[in-house]
Amino acid sequence: MEKIIFYILALLMIVFAIASVSSRKMLRSVIYLLFVLVSVAGIYFLIDYNFLGAIQLTVYAGGIIVLIIFSVLLVHHIEMELEVAKTSKKILTGIICAIGLGVFLTTIYSYNFNVVENSISTTTEDIGTKLLSYGNGGFILPFEVISVLLLAAMIGAIIIAKGKKLTDKIN
Amino acid sequence: MIAGISIYEILTVTSILFFIGIYGFITRKNLISILISIELIMNASVVNFVIINKYLYPDILQGVLFSIFIIAVTAAETALAVAIIINLYRQISSVEVKDTETMKY
Repeated sequence: MEKIIFYILALLMIVFAIASVSSRKMLRSVIYLLFVLVSVAGIYFLIDYNFLGAIQLTVYAGGIIVLIIFSVLLVHHIEMELEVAKTSKKILTGIICAIGLGVFLTTIYSYNFNVVENSISTTTEDIGTKLLSYGNGGFILPFEVISVLLLAAMIGAIIIAKGKKLTDKIN
Repeated sequence: MIAGISIYEILTVTSILFFIGIYGFITRKNLISILISIELIMNASVVNFVIINKYLYPDILQGVLFSIFIIAVTAAETALAVAIIINLYRQISSVEVKDTETMKY
């Protein structure tokens, strides 16, 4: 059963990813990206990391997609079609990507992974304790740094998007 | 672990996703489309972190925590990129890569 669900999710992911990078309509391309992100969340739920699946759904599907849709609507007409690259360039890029994929896959399949059979379930409590522990292997410092980074990014985004008007007022 | 699915199959799927992202990054000519391709690449790498943590080292949580940090950094990066794109559109009325020649007047 889980096997079938995984194959369905993998198929959805790949098909919608290809649709997302090849669709000529901007807004459709964003919606295809949304399907890819939801499929990734499905994989997280499938391997029993519920917290990560929830983060994926709220941050990516809820936040980033809405942000990108806003920017698309601000800078485009909905029906505007994109310029496409030349066919020769597309084919060349496709060949390069296929070669890269081949290298990746031969490396992966020739490496012998030490898979540990397990069915350990990770609770949100474990993640929270680990994230806030200052003992050995704790993650309190990156956690604090990332909060400062998010604040800085937020202020920076406001300044950049609003910059001109603010300086006009001062002058 | 997903019953009946080996780590090789999942890594294959994420590699394909990664290279679709690279393909989009090179062929697209629009800043927002490039942003979408970057999201695909980031997602493939996050899934790799999580899968390797679950299959090879199930008793520690480093992969999950790192993927949370990667998601946070991606969110910050997207917010900044969207701000830059909107500002650029205000100044040169275009978001095509070929029109983006100057960073500052």
